[in-house]
Amino acid sequence: MNVLPRGDFRDVSLVLCGAAGQGVQTVEELLVQSLHKAGFHVFASREYMSRIRGGNNSTEIRVSRDPVNAFVDRIDLLLPLNQGVRENIRERINEGTVILGDKEELGEELSDTSGRFIDVDLLQKGRDIGGKVYVGVVAAGIVAGLFGIDKSVLYGFFEERFADREEILRKNRRAVDVGYETGGRMKEESLLEVFLPGKGSAKGTVVLTGTDAISLGAVAGGCDFVTSYPMSPATGVLTFMAEHSHRFGIAVEQAEDEIAVINLALGASYGGARPLATTSGGGLALMSEGVSLSGATELPVVIHVGQRPGPATGMATRTEQADLDLVLHMGHGEFPRAIFAPGTLEEAFYLCHRAFNLAAKYQIPVFILTDQYFLDSYYDIHPFEIGHLSIEKHLVESTVDYQRYVITEDGISPRSVPGYGKGMVGTDSHEHDADGHVQEDFHLRKAMVEKRLRKMRGLRQEAVPPTLIGPEEYENLVVAWGSTRHIVEEALERVGRDDTAVLHFAQVYPLSEDTEGYLRKARTVVAVEGNATGQLAGVIRRETGFEITERILHYTGLQISVESVIDGLRQRLS
Amino acid sequence: MDWKIYDLEDIDNQWCPGCGDFQIMEALKKALAELELAPNQVVLHSGIGQAAKMPHFMKGNFFNGLHGRSISNATGMKAANPELTVIAIGGDGDMYGEGGNHFLHTVRRNPDITNIVHNNMVYGLTKGQASPTSSIGFRTAVQTDGVFEEPFNPVAVAIAQGATFVSRAFSGYVDETKELIKRAIRHKGYALVDIFQPCVSFNKVNTHKWFRENTYFLDEAYDPSDRDAAMRKAFERAPYPLGLLYSVEGRKTFEENLACYAEDATPLYLRERKTSAVLEFIEALA
Repeated sequence: MNVLPRGDFRDVSLVLCGAAGQGVQTVEELLVQSLHKAGFHVFASREYMSRIRGGNNSTEIRVSRDPVNAFVDRIDLLLPLNQGVRENIRERINEGTVILGDKEELGEELSDTSGRFIDVDLLQKGRDIGGKVYVGVVAAGIVAGLFGIDKSVLYGFFEERFADREEILRKNRRAVDVGYETGGRMKEESLLEVFLPGKGSAKGTVVLTGTDAISLGAVAGGCDFVTSYPMSPATGVLTFMAEHSHRFGIAVEQAEDEIAVINLALGASYGGARPLATTSGGGLALMSEGVSLSGATELPVVIHVGQRPGPATGMATRTEQADLDLVLHMGHGEFPRAIFAPGTLEEAFYLCHRAFNLAAKYQIPVFILTDQYFLDSYYDIHPFEIGHLSIEKHLVESTVDYQRYVITEDGISPRSVPGYGKGMVGTDSHEHDADGHVQEDFHLRKAMVEKRLRKMRGLRQEAVPPTLIGPEEYENLVVAWGSTRHIVEEALERVGRDDTAVLHFAQVYPLSEDTEGYLRKARTVVAVEGNATGQLAGVIRRETGFEITERILHYTGLQISVESVIDGLRQRLS
Repeated sequence: MDWKIYDLEDIDNQWCPGCGDFQIMEALKKALAELELAPNQVVLHSGIGQAAKMPHFMKGNFFNGLHGRSISNATGMKAANPELTVIAIGGDGDMYGEGGNHFLHTVRRNPDITNIVHNNMVYGLTKGQASPTSSIGFRTAVQTDGVFEEPFNPVAVAIAQGATFVSRAFSGYVDETKELIKRAIRHKGYALVDIFQPCVSFNKVNTHKWFRENTYFLDEAYDPSDRDAAMRKAFERAPYPLGLLYSVEGRKTFEENLACYAEDATPLYLRERKTSAVLEFIEALA
């Protein structure tokens, strides 16, 4: 008898895999929605190939009685819907893995693994109902049956989609029923049983993706203008904004290239809009000159960067944290900027909101660094608190003698926009005088450079401090940033050391002034990063002089797992 | 309105004596004044090049951006505040070379902006290299054997891309240029005014005299709403036709197509978004 969860785990990790275009995504949505509606905490993370059909993609779904939000290697239950299961899945199968598969589809494919194979005639069952398209639904029915979810929840999923298509609705209901019966039999025949209490514990939560959280944060931040050129994995934000553009009154335009994207955004910013550009590394590289233009003109813009592996095209649908250096240095010349890297859905929402206010206040480019893993993953959270959030415009009405670039103590010149008041607003990519007119006056040049850079003082004071997770008094400190937060947190929990804490950076530039204090307090500091060179460690050294020599670096194109962090920490912590 | 209202005091004008840019600026100032537009209602966008320096020599709101990108800036500006008159000014290198892709797609996008291109068939600011519109055989310090690339045909390309207003002028005819600019500004949608302009320093071929001898005005019988006829005119070379080659009214502009203006014409900076809208959205998910 196989009983899940295994050992002392409090969740079941379920992995679905199959070819693109074969309905795997529907099964994933059906399961996540149903498990969540039944009151379980859920987490799902997708990895997929850059192709429209075929190949083999997978989704990990963790079902838990407690909040769950991190990627693990462990597979408790594997549902391979198609043959051609890829090596990244095969190598995660061990003695504890139960494989629910159909030998008619898979042949002997997974028989050489150490997983425990339960042969289910999914194909035949699908055909009996009406075709291969029902195979996935039968499989989902089995899972729902094993977890004891009420059938009506699954029916509801299809009722919403196929309200006016009775025949399809009937067949899907039938597929759910057949799955349930099959799951029930597995239990009776002592093949497989899931015993997971805690149904109802996720009540009142909502399931959101990283893409949702970023997009909603932008809306809350007053974003009213979105331009982008589609590029994985950042396209989702563009799609979200387009889908809800009428609801929130947002201008959305897909531009001809990323050079146009940033220049449309800066034109809109000049006109008083609160623009967002969303892209990934390659597109970002094309925006480099435009980012510099934002620096020279002091026009606010928020740029969301969904990172994926580079250089060049790299791995289009995979994940990495290797564009921090680019974002930090992009654009010729010297000018201030701020960079956020949210680690949780809440941080994504609040920091995206904050990015728009910060950009407006300091008149700078603000970057939000996410990655494919973060954007495509989802889990349940309590709805964001919104009442206290405000949209700060930082605009002044111009008088007849208005000057755009008045030199000030904090470096911030009162900003107006054309049409707002009696004055005129001049802005220039050249070095300019207070009116925005091009001037080659070397004293003026020096004063303007200093004015712009003085804004760093305020930006540093306002920097979001890193989050310390774990004991206040620690011997060891694990430094992480962006999407690895929950993974490192869970790893540390599993390692179970009370002398070790995590320091997570959701703002990676400029660094909060208390950063160095946290680092100096530790005997050993280990950086966990999704890149090959330790880019945050580099920023930390540059900003604080503190050198982090112990590093757990991951750059396969897949997200680092809880287990990999555990292994890395065990090797490095004495 | 007196066109001198557009004069800017204490300027260090960097154009060469005799440059066609002076006449284009005069035509633009007069056009704006005759349309009763105050300088603070006008936004001048430009990129890089001698022509692109215009906003530093006359009054108005201005955004002097990067080389080749000003029509994208102008499009974003217009989308943020459709109430203002937005004009993008640059030379042939700026608009047709560096900004070529934006030219192609801005025409398709059809923002209600006026695009004035000083077309002198040479690079002035970088001292005399070929431009996208230089004639075949034009010799320069770089094109030592003469230009071999086919000259870019902006008016034909604009018509092919679905432009709703395509015109050509010659800087030597200030009044006619002014009238064309006025019509372009009044036109709803993207309007191209390609203006032949002699470069007295670096183009010794396409001179004042050459342009006078190699251009003619479209006569009154010409129908600018006939796209096939316009395309034929657009392909004519020496003598080149001057005037409104093609114009069509009624196509929705970029701004009009944006969701934010579906029910509300207020410029974006004047709007207040209620955070409760976001709250309602999230609550609907729960």
